[in-house]
Amino acid sequence: MDKRRKCQTVELTELEKKLINLLQHGLPVCERPFAQIAEEVGSTEQAVIECLNNLRSEKVLTRFGPMFDAASLGGAFTLAALAVPEEDFDSVTEQVNSFDQIAHNYRRDHDFNMWFVIATESAEEIERVVQAIEKKTGLKVLNVPKLREFYVNLYLPV
Amino acid sequence: MSTTTQEKITKDKLSEQERQYILLTQNGLPIIEKPYHAIAEQMNISVEQVLNLTKSMQERGIIRRIAAVPNHYKLGYQYNGMTVWDINDEQAEEFGNAVGQLPFVSHCYLRPRFLPEWNYNLFAMVHGKTEESIAEYRGQIKELLKEVLVTRKHDSGQHVTLQSNDMLTSTAILKKTGLRLKK
Repeated sequence: MDKRRKCQTVELTELEKKLINLLQHGLPVCERPFAQIAEEVGSTEQAVIECLNNLRSEKVLTRFGPMFDAASLGGAFTLAALAVPEEDFDSVTEQVNSFDQIAHNYRRDHDFNMWFVIATESAEEIERVVQAIEKKTGLKVLNVPKLREFYVNLYLPV
Repeated sequence: MSTTTQEKITKDKLSEQERQYILLTQNGLPIIEKPYHAIAEQMNISVEQVLNLTKSMQERGIIRRIAAVPNHYKLGYQYNGMTVWDINDEQAEEFGNAVGQLPFVSHCYLRPRFLPEWNYNLFAMVHGKTEESIAEYRGQIKELLKEVLVTRKHDSGQHVTLQSNDMLTSTAILKKTGLRLKK
C-alpha cells in the first residue's frame, strides 16, 4: 500500500504551492475572488483560474468551494465499529458495505478493526441500521455518535 | 463554533433559497472570473443577494468555510491516525477545543464510552508525511492532555490498567462515498 500511495504524490509548481497553501485557509467572499487572490500571490486572475481548474481536474483538490456542515444538510450520522474475526473479515466487509447507509468504511489496526460512518435520513433509521448490521453479521456494533464537535484548523502546507 | 453552532443549526431549518444554494454549490464553486454571478443567474436573484446569503450561512455555521480541500495523499501526506483518548469528562470540552486547534488535526470529536470494551471519549484524526511524524503528533497531543488522562482499572479484578490512549491507523479503505443533500 505504501508503494501505491507514494506514486500518487504529485510535483507542484510554485504558483500551485502558493495557491494550495493560501486557499486551505479560505477564499474571500466577493464578486471577483480570484482577482483578489491573484494580487496576494503576485499573479494574474486568468493564471489563478487556470491553475485552480487544473488542480481540480487532476484531483489534487478534492473540493473547492463552500464546505457545508453535514448535519445542516439534514439527516443523521454516527461512527460505528466492529471487532471482526480475521477469518471473516472479507465476508463481513461485504455485509456491512451492502447497506446504502454506509458512507465510509475503513480497516484499522485494533481489536475494533472495522470503522464506518452510517448516514441516514433520521435518527431512528440509524438505530434500525445498527440492528440490521448486528443481525446480519452476528457481531455487536460499537456505536459512538458525536456528542461534541470541535472546530479544527487543519493545514497541510506544501 | 463547535457546539453552539451544532445546536443552532438543528433548530434552524434551511430556507428554500438556502437549499437551492446548497444544491448548486455542494459539488463545488465554478472557478471562473465571477463565480457568484453564475450562481445568482441560476437562482434568479442578484449577486448581492448571493453574497449576503453566503455570508449569513457562514455566520450561522451552515457553511464552515469556503476553501480548497487538497487530496492528502497527492500532497505527500500519506499517513493518518485516529488518535483516541480517555480524558476527564469535566475538562473534556476545554481540552477537546485545544486539540482541535493543532494544525495537523482534521477532525476532533467527543464520543460516548462503552466500558469496558471502549474507554476512549476524545477522537482526533491526525495527518502526516511519515509514520514518524504521526507518532510525533500523537506525542504532542499526549503532552497537551497529560493532566486530564484517566487511569482506569479493568473491572475483572485482575488489576489490569486500561490504556489511556491509542492510535488506530487505517490499513485499507473499504468504502468511500460522499455525503450530499438530496433533491
